[in-house]
Amino acid sequence: MTTRNVGQPFVRRDGRAKVTGEARYSYEVAVPDAVYGVLVTSGIAKGRIVEIDTSAAEREAGVLAVISHKNALRLPGEPHLEGPDRVVQALQDDRIRYSNQPIAVAVADTFERAVHAAMLVRVNAEVAAHTVRVEDELHNAFPHKIMAGGKLQEPDESHGDVAAGLVAGAARVEEAYETPFETHNPLEPHATVASWSGDRLTVYDASQWVFAVKKKLAKGFGIPPENVRVVTKFVGGAFGCKGSAWSHVVIAALAAKQVARPVKLALSRHQMFGPVGGRPRTRQKVAVAAQRDGKLTAIRHETVSPTSRFDVFVEASALQARHLYASPNIESRHRIVRLDIGTPTFMRAPGESSGSFALESAMDELAHRLEMDPLALRLASYAEKDPADGKPFSSKSLRACYQEGARRFGWEKRPRTPRSQTRSGQFVGMGMATAMYPANFAPAQALARMLPDGSAQVESGTIDLGTGAYTVFAQIAADELGLPFEKVRFDLGDSDMPEAPIAAGSMTAASVGSAVLVASRALRDRLIRTAIVDSASPLHGLAPIEIRAEDGRLVATSGKSDSYVELIRRAGGKPIEERGKTAPGDEREKFSMHGFGAHFAEVLVDPDLGTVHVSRMVGVFATGRILNARTARSQFLGGMVWGIGMALHEHSVFDEKLGRIMTRDLSDYHVAVNADVGSIEPLFLEEEDAHVDPAGVKGAGELGLCGAAAAIANAVFNATGKRIRELPITPDKLL
Amino acid sequence: MDLVPLTTPSREKLRLAFTVNGEPRDLVVESYKTLLEVLREDLGLTGTKHGCELGECGACAVILDGELVLSCLVAAVECPGRSATTVEGLRQGPELHPLQQCFADHGAAQCGYCTPGMLVAAKWLLDRNPRATRGEIAEALSGQICRCTGYLQIFDAVEAAGRTLRGEPAPAPLLPSVHRGSTNGR
Repeated sequence: MTTRNVGQPFVRRDGRAKVTGEARYSYEVAVPDAVYGVLVTSGIAKGRIVEIDTSAAEREAGVLAVISHKNALRLPGEPHLEGPDRVVQALQDDRIRYSNQPIAVAVADTFERAVHAAMLVRVNAEVAAHTVRVEDELHNAFPHKIMAGGKLQEPDESHGDVAAGLVAGAARVEEAYETPFETHNPLEPHATVASWSGDRLTVYDASQWVFAVKKKLAKGFGIPPENVRVVTKFVGGAFGCKGSAWSHVVIAALAAKQVARPVKLALSRHQMFGPVGGRPRTRQKVAVAAQRDGKLTAIRHETVSPTSRFDVFVEASALQARHLYASPNIESRHRIVRLDIGTPTFMRAPGESSGSFALESAMDELAHRLEMDPLALRLASYAEKDPADGKPFSSKSLRACYQEGARRFGWEKRPRTPRSQTRSGQFVGMGMATAMYPANFAPAQALARMLPDGSAQVESGTIDLGTGAYTVFAQIAADELGLPFEKVRFDLGDSDMPEAPIAAGSMTAASVGSAVLVASRALRDRLIRTAIVDSASPLHGLAPIEIRAEDGRLVATSGKSDSYVELIRRAGGKPIEERGKTAPGDEREKFSMHGFGAHFAEVLVDPDLGTVHVSRMVGVFATGRILNARTARSQFLGGMVWGIGMALHEHSVFDEKLGRIMTRDLSDYHVAVNADVGSIEPLFLEEEDAHVDPAGVKGAGELGLCGAAAAIANAVFNATGKRIRELPITPDKLL
Repeated sequence: MDLVPLTTPSREKLRLAFTVNGEPRDLVVESYKTLLEVLREDLGLTGTKHGCELGECGACAVILDGELVLSCLVAAVECPGRSATTVEGLRQGPELHPLQQCFADHGAAQCGYCTPGMLVAAKWLLDRNPRATRGEIAEALSGQICRCTGYLQIFDAVEAAGRTLRGEPAPAPLLPSVHRGSTNGR
């Protein structure tokens, strides 16, 4: 394949629309006659609504309706899908299942009037005892299959004799680690605009997956899926929380039906905490043991995380222990407990980020105990094949990542003993950790169309979360069609387009990229066939194998050529299109497929204040082909900065008595800001992987976060001698 | 509900004559609206973003009479006679403002939702301090949260735009090194 466009660092196609303010996000789509919906949410965590007084709200000028379970239309169907879809509360009953649950919606002619009306709703509830503490429910912890990587995985896995392995080592670490509740907090709040025309529904939604929104609404409202169209052209960040249609999406459609007007509904920042998921807290236990030479004799990784009373989400923190290091004895266990909370959900690197904090911290502790370089310990148990099942890796360049990262970072300058190096009165520490994330791939479809002017239009109903989908898929199509990048337009974000999987799990480039490749190749072959049967074509009668696509032309090895413009003109002047689809095949059974990387972090810790500043990070990643180094760099930089947030800041703190998150705005829920970011250098070791998927891509969105928090925590230990096993590492824990 | 309204919003309309991006605007709006909602809902200028309505995220930043303000915290009644600049007003005609061009070129806009506020804040900074250092840029943009980029591209873009505005050569956008051809590099 020629790769004149793939691999080039083109600037983001949608950059201009975003810097001029022209990019319209879901809430901003101009829909005539739209009115505004504002949710009323529950102030208690559990109970039953006895009385809901909406009269004051309804009396206000401009208020069209206040809809609660008392007057909401009964949905004919259950708005819930098989697979990774969340159970929603769409004003269908009087039960309160978690704090901040939607219990009514006020609809008015202006946004402020709707806010005001929502505030005037008075609720009398019968309060039931709740618990939001994992500790209270540990006795009821239970295993549940895990939805990860597009398939159900076993909660427990074990091979060898871990108990024997743990005592066989020269050194052993058995510790408990904890990661807190976190909340996605994309800058754009969830937003839905719903508009009915008879029994046809159009929805502009801040979504990672328009097809799931479409199917869910069709099921809930009892209409054929083809009657629902969902459009998402731009999303202001998502990170997993927009991967499922939550309650407000159904409520917006319901309200629009009841008031017979289009309804715009956005969540307030407060409402982002609870009803739209988050990363659940984890309580993990890791036991690792190794011989004197660093060879691991056993790994045991156990985790407990909470889900809601009415739905299941498992934070799969212990999955990577199955695949990461070579050891004859490996055991992993997942348990969940039910709490009176909104259902947690996938949040950037679900499982891998929280789990790698525990596993990679334990590895660092083991290295310290063995008086070994942490990097040498990891190399001593380097897995040449997948420890879980002995399958070969489709590609794995982790060793090179370690080496290149150590060199770029200056790992040899790492203080050998904690608390031994200072700079301007601050302790200096260095830490490292391994990154691993599965190379996911899901069925996807695309359409490629050659237009009479010789330019191509390619589309698939995927989403550009800011990842670069608009850009990189045009690059792939351009190479297959032999067109310059500027001559290919890629469009997305519409459920009327060919079906694409959820834009999540770092699988969009692999899945949609492969579908675009297949569709474009099919179109090229169709154009070649059209030319060789066309007696007026210079290519008439040639064999397809003699013909390639180049610079907007079909060119024969003899030098004869035909342009797309001429070809289509002679064929009747109509656009010619082909569809393509891809799906995982046998290769997935033969190979273990993961992206890998190595993080190196330097921190400065103030001995008096306990503040931690991440002064430097180097991350080296091997994740198949890099389609566009500029957009890929952004993904990894963002992931690494999420690592800073996870290590030092992010925490959805629960008020256990009230059963709700207290830190429910951006002044209390801290994310990494400008001043938290020092020097960060992500780089890539590009791999040619013929097995992983047709596009040769392993994914970029999540790998940069995996292990990042552990590298920082390990650097904090190196700086201070204090091992913090509970994130985030706030100053109080270091003083 | 745990929030109690302080007052019932007035039903009176407000005549709002002010300047937006250099153009005089004269409209009648509900007097309880914020500047943010007037811009987005009445004027259709949706470039200014609604991120938190609490003055925390910075996505709604606009320049009002030369001062950087968060438009979600400015009442429309405060605005008659004043002059607002939003992201839509940064460019003159089809040509992008150097800040916009550098944000696009450096990949400083990722999901793009924080971008308008970030650009407006950067414009305000460079207007007052054309030679802003990296530290000053980070400080000035500290009220603007970005959840995607990792910030470095934003610093780079503002620095490069500063150079362009001063007529100095601007450095090319930074790209990571990609080591090619490493297959199963064990």
